[in-house]
Order: sequence, then C-alpha cells, then structure tokens
Amino acid sequence: MTALGGSPAGIRRGSRRSIIADRAATAVLWGLGGFVMLLLGAIILHFVIASIGVMSLTFIFGDPSDTALGGVGPLLWNSVYMLVLAMLIAVPLGVLAGIYMAEYAGQNKITDTIRFAEEAISSVPSIVVGLFGLIAFVNLTHWGFTALGGALALTLFNLPLMARLSEQALRAVPADERSGSLALGATKWQTIRHVVLPLAIPGIVTGIILTAGRVFGEAAALLFTAGLSTPTGYNFGNLDIFDPKSPWSPFRPATTLSVYIWKTNSEGLGSYIQQIGDGASALLLATVLLFNLGARFLGRILTRRLTAA
Amino acid sequence: MTTTTRLEAPTGSMIDPTVLLPSAAGSNADPGATIGPGMTPKIGAESVSVYYGAKLAVSNVSLTVPERSILALIGPSGSGKSTFLRCFNRMNDLIPGARVTGQVRLDGEGLMDPDVSVVELRRRVGMVFQRPNPFPMSIYDNVAYGPRRRGASDKAAMDVLVEKSLTRAALWNEVKDDLRKSGLSLSGGQQQRLCIARVLATEPEVILMDEPASALDPVSTLRIEELMRELRESYTIIIVTHNMQQAARVSDRTAFFNMGEDRAGYLVELDDTRTIFTNPKNQMTEDYVSGRFG
Repeated sequence: MTALGGSPAGIRRGSRRSIIADRAATAVLWGLGGFVMLLLGAIILHFVIASIGVMSLTFIFGDPSDTALGGVGPLLWNSVYMLVLAMLIAVPLGVLAGIYMAEYAGQNKITDTIRFAEEAISSVPSIVVGLFGLIAFVNLTHWGFTALGGALALTLFNLPLMARLSEQALRAVPADERSGSLALGATKWQTIRHVVLPLAIPGIVTGIILTAGRVFGEAAALLFTAGLSTPTGYNFGNLDIFDPKSPWSPFRPATTLSVYIWKTNSEGLGSYIQQIGDGASALLLATVLLFNLGARFLGRILTRRLTAA
Repeated sequence: MTTTTRLEAPTGSMIDPTVLLPSAAGSNADPGATIGPGMTPKIGAESVSVYYGAKLAVSNVSLTVPERSILALIGPSGSGKSTFLRCFNRMNDLIPGARVTGQVRLDGEGLMDPDVSVVELRRRVGMVFQRPNPFPMSIYDNVAYGPRRRGASDKAAMDVLVEKSLTRAALWNEVKDDLRKSGLSLSGGQQQRLCIARVLATEPEVILMDEPASALDPVSTLRIEELMRELRESYTIIIVTHNMQQAARVSDRTAFFNMGEDRAGYLVELDDTRTIFTNPKNQMTEDYVSGRFG
C-alpha cells in the first residue's frame, strides 16, 4: 500500500450506513410520490373511461330528465355561476384583508388570534357552515334557497382562507425590495401597489385556485343554502337579475354539479344514476382542471405585465 | 493640523479640529463634529443614539459631512455603522422597536423633527443597499420608479431623465438597447449600477451606500468605486464598508466605529482618510486599520 493507498472507506461505492439510508430515503419518497400520482391517475382514468358512453353535447348542455339520461347543463352553469359569485366576494375582500394583515396590522396578541381564527374557521366542517348558512342567509334574510345564499355560505370559509393565503404570499416578498422602494421616497401604499403586490401575485393565484377548488367541490355547505332544485330551460337572453327564472339571477335556487351528484346518488331514483354520476364527475374534473390552468395562465400574464419579467 | 498630501484631488484638505459647526454646538465635542474651514456642512448627526428595544445599538455619535465629499464608515461587525447610516434617511423608522435620539441635520434642518416628511427626506437622501435589489420590472421602469411615484408622467422628459441617470451610473452603454428587459436579467454589478441610477433619477443631494460592493466581484467593485469618485463631484456620499482598501481608495474622510464594552457601537475617531490610515490618534484605530482585529 502506498501513501495514497486508501483507507477502508475509500472512494468506491460501499455499503456505508449513510449511503444505505440515503438510498432508502430516495426510494421511499419516490414511492410515496408515485403512489399519490397513481391514485390521482386512477381516479381520472376511471371517470374518463366511465364517461365515454355518457359524454355528449346533449349531456353537457342539456336539461336534466327524470326518465331519460338527460343532461347537466343548468347544473354546470350553476357551478360556474356560483364560482364567479363566490370569488367576486372572496377574492377582493380576501386580498385586501391579506394586505392589511401583512402590511399594516403587525404582530401582536390580537392579530395572532385573528390568524388562528382564520385558519380554524376555514377548517370548520362544511355541513356546519351549511346549517349556519341556512339560519343566516336563508331564514333570517327570508331569501329562501338562493345562489347568493350559497355563495355567502362558501364565503364563510373561503374568505378567511383567501385572506390567510394572500397574507402569506405578501409576507414572502423579500424585505430588500420594500426597503428599496421606500428609500426612493415611495409611500407605503405605492410600495405595496407597485412592488409588493406584483411579486405576490403567483402566491395569490395559488390561493384563488385552492379557494375555487373548494367552491367546485363543495356539496354539504350548499344543500341548505343554494338548495336542491334549480330552474331549467335557461334563457340566457333574460338579463333581469331579479327574475328567478333568469340564469343570471343570484336570487334563485341553484343546485351545483357537486350537489347534483350527491342528490342523484342519495335519492337513487331513475335508471341512469350511474351514468349521470360518472358523466357529471368527469365534467367536474375537467372544469376544475380548465379553471386551474386558466388561473395560472392569467396569473402569469398579469405578472409579466406588471414586472416585465 | 494640515494635511498636504491626499489620495484624491480634494475640494478642501484643511482639517481643523477646533472649528465646530454651529449645528453641532452643544453636543459633545469629539473630532467627528468638525470639518475644515471653507467647507459647507451638508449632513450631520448630533448626539445620535439608536436603541433596539432596550438595547443600545449606537451610542452618542456626532459628526458632520461636508458637501461634495465622501465619508467612509469603517469598523468591525456590530459597531453600528449600518444602523447609524440608516438614521440619515430615517430607515430605522421601519424597524419595529427601533428608537433614535439626538438630531440629524440636512442643510441645517432637523430631520428628526415631527413635521419632517420622510417621503420627501428620502428623495433628497437616497440609498444604495448591500444586496442589489432592482425591482422586478424593466430597466426603464426601475429608473423611472422614483420620479413616477412623485407624479412625473411626461414621456419625453422621462426618456431624458432615464438616459441621463443611466449614463451617470455608467450603465447606459451596456443597456441602451435593452431598456425593456427586466432589471433582474442584468449581472450583479450591473444591477447595483441600476440601483444607483434609480437613486440618481430622484435627483438626491446625499447618497447613502451600505456596503454597496460587498456582494460584487472585484471588477464590478472597481467600477462602483470609480463611479463613486465621479459622483462625488455632485453629491455628498456616506459609505459603509468592510473593505479598508475601498475606504482608503474612495473616501475623503473616514470614521472608525467600534463596539464598546456595553456592546453598543460608538465613533472612535474621524479624520482625513490619509490620517486615519497612516497616523491615527487612537490606538484602537491603529490596530484596526493595520488588521490586528476586526
């Protein structure tokens, strides 16, 4: 053995414990990741295959039927309508609340309590939110079952979530950029508006996507607020928002696709339950996917506009 | 005391410790409060102390910076140089729990007075940070940022101002065809010059630099130093640096800070840069500039 003759560990790949542990960790993490992907793939594949015979333009845009397969048009519309309504309430308020919490409110006992409450309320079981919505937005207001009542019930857990996620997105913006702006004589609001918000947009878009996913998927909170019925035969030329027959009216019962899936399966009436369930599920998945891609795309355009990146 | 040789051609090289500025009168008479006769005081501190909560971070510093000169603040980590620097544009206001006592004066005006607009102050006293921090927007928009926030909107005038600022920051030739590109696409040294151009566009009178070259490579560092010497013709500059050669190369006067036994930073000695590096009065300064500690 020479002076360079190598210790027992050498530079060869050996079976040292750290190397084994490293390989084991890699394998376990890859395995878990693969398992999650597999589950997701299986769900999507199942509904794609199951919906092959069901999916058609009539199914997507047609009215439901008690005797034939019918369609889910009004319910799909209701899902989209409720999403827009709920987001119109939750996004501006949530982002503004997030700005306040991140930039103005500071860190003390009261704001810590608010942050805790935001996280707690967004994880309240949705059936409880639904029952509260029944009292607050259906009975107290004497509106009955309405899209607006449903959207407000959704807001109960979406707004805190949106506020919390916006706050986190704003806080993640480095202090250096803020200091740079303030040191140039920009006011605090100018700094937020021109430097902090543009940098926070990707995080805020993530918040919007998470929030929107809950709107699409939610059933329990809507059962007693937006109701289990919906007008059909929508006439999109009817722009009278106070006419319960108008698809644009927030003051009408509005069963969403998710609620409809739950309803057909729990009532168990009709001979097309299985097909309607499969088709509606596939449609719901596709809608969520489209929305997520769309939101990311818009977010990227917005970021580019604001930052010239 | 007269110094005849300097590292730079100075505007004035007379240092007379017996001449007290009117604005500094009444504070403790340490050498920092003095400038040479014939020099116009531009910005200065009177008995400035900074506290973080109950902790004293900078203890009772008084000094004056003459117009169109460069003052370097040197000293070991923790000696309060950067904290002290941030008193001149009141950036310490942004740190929760930070409190500044004493007075800071710009052209004789008290900057700590309650009726001072920090927004206006920061337009007159610009700042360049340690890490280049261009905004995530185009090069043009970075430079136009300050003036726009002040309400400037004339496109032609802005074009002129952007070109002038980038030229003064020695960056124009490198970016003139890429003004729409993101400021973040530039190299570190270019980014720092962009940050300097951004400050120049607000037409400040004083520029504070907090270790502006410490994150840059040697070539970029030299470019920044060259730039500082050019800017000195029109601006008053205070620079914090850990690099003693840099202080020796660029500054007219140097202030040595140290950390006291109470762990608070204080001003040990301020003098002509040549004197600080060749013949300091204080033994601690001598030890520091000769590399024996710090």
